[in-house]
Amino acid sequence: MQLFVFICAAVMILIGAVGVIVRSHPVHAALSLILTLFGVAVLFVAQDAHFLAAVQVIVYAGAIVVLFLFVIMLLGVDKAESLRIDPVKVQRPLAAIVGIGLAGLLAAAIVQGRDTLARRGTGIDTADGGVHDSNIRQLANDLFSNHVFAFEITSVLLVIAVVGTVLLARRPRHSGASHTEAGTDTKASVK
Amino acid sequence: MLAVVATPTTTWYLLLAALLFSIGVVGVLVRRNPLVMFMCIELMLNAVNLSFVALAKKLGDIGGQTTVFFVMVVAAAEVVVGLGIIVSILRRRPTATADDIAELKG
Repeated sequence: MQLFVFICAAVMILIGAVGVIVRSHPVHAALSLILTLFGVAVLFVAQDAHFLAAVQVIVYAGAIVVLFLFVIMLLGVDKAESLRIDPVKVQRPLAAIVGIGLAGLLAAAIVQGRDTLARRGTGIDTADGGVHDSNIRQLANDLFSNHVFAFEITSVLLVIAVVGTVLLARRPRHSGASHTEAGTDTKASVK
Repeated sequence: MLAVVATPTTTWYLLLAALLFSIGVVGVLVRRNPLVMFMCIELMLNAVNLSFVALAKKLGDIGGQTTVFFVMVVAAAEVVVGLGIIVSILRRRPTATADDIAELKG
């Protein structure tokens, strides 16, 4: 049963990942990304990370991909990019070599070091013990005792990101906002 | 045959994560649309998250899952800032690919 779940999730992940880099349309790439993210969430559940699986679905598939889709549709860049033309002649063969080489090296390192993984912690709590939210409890205990400072700094990071994005995406007031408006309108009408 | 294929071990998860990471690397190298390059970076982040969770289970250490939590927060902030930059670039030049964006002026 675990093997079946693993194989199904792995197929989802790999099909989605290949779809992201193969589909020429950005919207299709974003939808393939959702497939990959759901597959990763399934594997999180299989590895007793229930809270992270929920966060994966909510934050990644729910927020980040929707943000991607918003940007794609907002900017009107949702036209298929021609994948036939190769801007730099040797780019794709070199990229394939780099990818295969990287995968081979990582696989060799993983297979070589698979016996060095020794259990050293106290274990991941599962829901088998009768406490249904044991994973959340354990994660929260670790987060708010050992990593509480990093957690606080994270809030600063999020505030900085929001303020910076508002500043970046704001239309410049002095350099003719009407000019930009007109440009956007003509583009929309052409479409 | 069925006796040989037991439950998937940590090595399988790590190999799958390595494959996913390599696909993300190839995507960043090949694609020219900045949005799709961003999605490939998300693929690589997910591959690392997957190996973190698999190792947390194997080593019996909840710290791996805590790290994944922080990676997700930082990835969300990174996507917000990156898409803001892409929006401000593509608003001026709607057909810009990664090859055209050679200077730091939006």
